[in-house]
Amino acid sequence: MIVNRIRLPVHAYANPLRFQRIADAIRPWTSLLALALFPVGLVWALAVAPADYQQSDAYRIMYVHVPAAWMSMFTYLVVGGSSAVALIWRHPLAEIAARAAAPIGACFTAIALVTGSIWGKPMWGTWWVWDARLTSVLILFFLYLGYIALYDAFEDASRGARAASILALVGLVNIPIVKFSVDWWNTLHQPSSVLRMDGPSMPPSMLWPLLLMALVFKLYMVSVLLIRIRTEMAERRISALRGAETA
Amino acid sequence: MVGAALALARRDLMLALRRPGEALLPVLFLLTGTALFPLGVGPGAETLARIGSGVIWVLALFAVTVGTDRLWAADLEDGSLEQLELGILPLELVALVRCLVHWLVTGLPLVVISPLLALLMQQPPAALVALPAALLLGTPVLVMIGAIGAALLVGSRRSQALTALLVLPLQIPALIFGVGAVEASTGGIGGTVAYLILGALLLGSLALAPFAIAAALRLALE
Repeated sequence: MIVNRIRLPVHAYANPLRFQRIADAIRPWTSLLALALFPVGLVWALAVAPADYQQSDAYRIMYVHVPAAWMSMFTYLVVGGSSAVALIWRHPLAEIAARAAAPIGACFTAIALVTGSIWGKPMWGTWWVWDARLTSVLILFFLYLGYIALYDAFEDASRGARAASILALVGLVNIPIVKFSVDWWNTLHQPSSVLRMDGPSMPPSMLWPLLLMALVFKLYMVSVLLIRIRTEMAERRISALRGAETA
Repeated sequence: MVGAALALARRDLMLALRRPGEALLPVLFLLTGTALFPLGVGPGAETLARIGSGVIWVLALFAVTVGTDRLWAADLEDGSLEQLELGILPLELVALVRCLVHWLVTGLPLVVISPLLALLMQQPPAALVALPAALLLGTPVLVMIGAIGAALLVGSRRSQALTALLVLPLQIPALIFGVGAVEASTGGIGGTVAYLILGALLLGSLALAPFAIAAALRLALE
């Protein structure tokens, strides 16, 4: 296969030992920063930022909802991207990364769905509406669950890993649908107010705490992902050693 | 290559026609399933007219998904899948041909019978055309996506429920626009947009799904 001969600079980091060394160097910083910035962001978002003229204090759930929703999509891109690398170049590390990221993404998606539901009750008068944004995020949640279930469905772990990678790639079509659902359809969910061509439609006093919370969520995701990858690699090493012992 | 594709199509068609009962199962499933709804929600004409097109679509989706579940299993078990991989036809084309024949045998009857179901569910006259038209565009999409799930899980122990978990979320867009097309047509606002999107889904799935199916099958053959 010609594809397998294409070398990318990332291949240097596919060496598990080198990856582990770099990850071990990064992890304390991301974890500490996440821990230190989380209270700052939370107080800023919940107490310091001004109340919304329309939604008063109820809008503050946005500071959890929006970062979680962003991370739910970003994590799926991590799963899908790692799956592509795993399928094309057969890097075991990419498989591990995809599998390690999936439950994190499922949790972010669940948080986005639950907080959105709590926010929807006072604002829309209902816990749930079947509009395009909510439905596509629910599909995203099912995709995460399907990925995890398929990964573990085979006796032969590598078969499950690669079947799940194919599913993750198929599921990537859902990501643009989630992102643009509010533009393509007339949804009850409000359109994007941060990433717009004409600049954010939100005043800076509300935008900054949101961006800080998004940063905290990202740092948290990176920390947990690195911990999970480390655990999974240790687990594989243990089972390999066990296998060598019994053989 | 065309000859090989035609030979494969003839083989699949012949295998299906030798067991006509099996091919008719999805239709029977759709019929009995639809018959349950007047008993379950009450036979009131207004209720049935409102939920009818959606009920028929959801049941057609189930019928197709259940039907595609063992699309690859028999060929993997008796080794003919390996022979197909060794043959001159790329596995992507094998997947496409297999899906099209499968749709012809199990999907098309659903389309044909849908006007009768529309009558049973008290649908307005416009639905007698709109529902089969939407199913004609939509059921091949359901088959293609179902075939991906079946190929991913071929050879694993827990099959059916997991296939549903993998496949149903991906089929939701076809369901949404399928029902949307029927309801827009019967509501008098014209379903052109929904039909066009259904057509786009059909073309997209015909173009892309064979690659995913073939990748999954190669995995199963290793």
